[in-house]
Amino acid sequence: MSAATAPPAQASFSDSLRPATHLFHRNWLVYKRIWYRSLFFGFLQPFMFLAAMGLGVGALLAHSNPNAFGPVGYIGFLGPGLLGSTVMQTASFESTYPIMNKIMWGRNYEAILASPLSTRNVVIGELAWIGFRIASISTIFLGVLAIFGIARSPLALLAIPVAALTGLGFSSWLIAFAATQTNDIGFSWVYRLVINPLFLFSGTFFPLTQMPQPIQVIAWLTPLFHGVELMRGLILGSLDLGAAPWHLAYLLSFFTIGLILADRSLARRLAS
Amino acid sequence: MLVRARALTKRFGRFTAVDGIDFDVRPAEAFGFLGPNGAGKTSTMRMIACASPVTEGELSVIGMNPATQAREIKARLGVVPQTDNLDTELTVRENLEMYARYFDIPGSVARSRADELLEFVQLNERANDQVEPLSGGMKRRLTIARALINEPELVIFDEPTTGLDPQARHLLWDRLYRLKQRGATLIITTHYMDEAEQLCDRLVVMDKARIVAEGSPLELIERYSTREVLELRFGDAERASLDGRLEGLAERVEVLPDRTLLYTDDGEKSLDEVHRRNIAVQSALVRRSSLEDVFLSLTGRSLVE
Amino acid sequence: MASLAGVTTRSGLGRAWEVVWRARRLVERNVMVYRHQWIVILSGVAEPIFYLVGIGMGLGGLVRTVPLPDGHTISYTAYVAPALLATAAMNGAVFETIFNVFFKLNFRKTYDGILATPMGIGEIAVGEMLWALMRASLYAVTMLLLMAVLGLILSPWAVLTLPVTLLVAAAFSAAGLAGTAFLRTVQDFDIPMGLIVMPMFLFSGSFFPTTGFPPPIQIFLQATPLFHSISLIRGLTTGLLGLEQLWDFAYLVGFFALMMVIAMRRMERKLIK
Repeated sequence: MSAATAPPAQASFSDSLRPATHLFHRNWLVYKRIWYRSLFFGFLQPFMFLAAMGLGVGALLAHSNPNAFGPVGYIGFLGPGLLGSTVMQTASFESTYPIMNKIMWGRNYEAILASPLSTRNVVIGELAWIGFRIASISTIFLGVLAIFGIARSPLALLAIPVAALTGLGFSSWLIAFAATQTNDIGFSWVYRLVINPLFLFSGTFFPLTQMPQPIQVIAWLTPLFHGVELMRGLILGSLDLGAAPWHLAYLLSFFTIGLILADRSLARRLAS
Repeated sequence: MLVRARALTKRFGRFTAVDGIDFDVRPAEAFGFLGPNGAGKTSTMRMIACASPVTEGELSVIGMNPATQAREIKARLGVVPQTDNLDTELTVRENLEMYARYFDIPGSVARSRADELLEFVQLNERANDQVEPLSGGMKRRLTIARALINEPELVIFDEPTTGLDPQARHLLWDRLYRLKQRGATLIITTHYMDEAEQLCDRLVVMDKARIVAEGSPLELIERYSTREVLELRFGDAERASLDGRLEGLAERVEVLPDRTLLYTDDGEKSLDEVHRRNIAVQSALVRRSSLEDVFLSLTGRSLVE
Repeated sequence: MASLAGVTTRSGLGRAWEVVWRARRLVERNVMVYRHQWIVILSGVAEPIFYLVGIGMGLGGLVRTVPLPDGHTISYTAYVAPALLATAAMNGAVFETIFNVFFKLNFRKTYDGILATPMGIGEIAVGEMLWALMRASLYAVTMLLLMAVLGLILSPWAVLTLPVTLLVAAAFSAAGLAGTAFLRTVQDFDIPMGLIVMPMFLFSGSFFPTTGFPPPIQIFLQATPLFHSISLIRGLTTGLLGLEQLWDFAYLVGFFALMMVIAMRRMERKLIK
């Protein structure tokens, strides 16, 4: 009988964490070189929208329909909405092209998979990184909202984990999708038919009650709407305690399903 | 003369890529530019193809001046560049048909010519495929087909078989041969001596922006090399003790890092003499002289680094 | 292509026309490419429609009306719609030239092959622009039809919107060509997109008038090509035309000419060595 060892024991949780931290670390190193650029656009763009639409359209409203948004004004309504959409866009960008490129051209995934550990670690590592990015962007944007006088209660800080959850929801589904792609054509369609419409129709710029019923129902089924509702409620201190648990439940299940899909999809792709 | 160059020069800033060269290309001949990478062959080709402006000197292509009549010249030229620049957004057939349209060739003519050319380069089965997944050899063949779509009088081939496997190379040579037989004038640049020997009626040898020799392959070998070459390989010990022992064995001796070349008219006889002198060799090879040897004797370096 | 100095003479103009005429081959090529991908082009019209329904009508229901400087008020939707049309023309033109041309120029070496034919740089630049114009007019026509259906066209002058859209698209595609030659990597796109196109989109009177800003800032905002495109097209669809619209037109023509000169120079330097 040869001195063959027993088959590798199921990796412990802390073991599986290590390659995830490798991924995190590697992403951080890459990011360190370009952080100013992505923070600039993860921050500058929503800030511009806030300033432009918030103040510009706000001025119009003050003239024609002063009480449309109550004491917080349009800018108060818009701010948290933009936080949500920024989170979605950041998550989308991080979860589409970079993932596909790493699968097709990178070596890290191969290295991890050469070990007894699974693609699950890849998924965890990437999501941890994206979660970190979203959390940092959300914190900064929350600061901007505070400066504009929009964030009023300390509950506003809870918007950060909500933002992370919303973003990770998008991430997980998009990673699952990215793992099936070999070129960027699919991504263009996702941006055009999913991301952009959600940007406009999730209660970001105007309450969905302004839209006909069928559109409202569709929006109810999409994650950004729930994230925005929660974030707006927390930041403005106007949280609807009856609806909040449902929003949260939606976000959690959306993320969980996405996680499973990402895990399966990535495993299938990297195994072939 | 289909192409005539006098004191042709190309400079990029302070770097001189082509340094005052003269050459003539006659109609219906296959004219070669043989030289290592960086000799200035591609820069010369680009000037002939009107893709790069002449810095100094005279150049006339099909009797016209590239500086003022580029469009007319290009209409009668075919170019196969060193790196493929096929339209990756079109299929194989579409590449040919669209290219014909750039020459204002009517649609129906373009289609029939495309069919003929696909046949000529043996790509008819891939006619409706995307360009990207084709092998290097196929892409090169498509590029050649494309270069012929306007039935050019002069076709320029810049390093046509670089990077191709032997089978693809031979297929390409065969096509070029047939092209010549049809009466086209070909200009071929290459750093492969077998290619130059096989395909070219006349050639110039280029090195470091200058022409160092010209003539037909046979003439060049006769003029700059002996008929045969004896290649010897020595062990380190023997090599160290070689001083003077190879005296008088050959017209010329060339010592390369990995072997020693003895240039002589009768290789076997020289080999016998080597044995007679009790020089221990690891291996010996007698072969005919090639253009590689011509280049070596002219410049002291080999064609392929 | 002869140098641009030659364009001003009569034979120069003739030569310029020849270039434009020959450039149709580049359009033919793009048609061949997109023959199978026409849905990509069609989907480009989705974005302005989403914005029209979303912000135009969704937000419009709350904002209701917009006061214009000359005292008129119009519905918010009728205010926003022409701006979206102008922006669609701009985006269609800019994205087509920047993204597609950039890739053809730097990665696919497609142009090198084409330059070995009687096509020159002029033909390539003009051809790409013509293609961008065609896409932009497709978007413009779609938006106009939609606006007509929604009752947002308030004047027969709106008919002139189509030729004006061509001018807007030409100006922006020339600008895109001029800018493309400066970009080296794909990441370099972020800068013109984020710092120029995006702010311009927000602050050129698309969703609210620039008159709310302090005068020094107003002057700055009103200097952009998008501002004038929007101002001119809005004037046509609402019928509220004045001296300002003439100035918008002159500005766009001048902008187009300037961008063409820059684009030609840059492309020449990139492609001829």
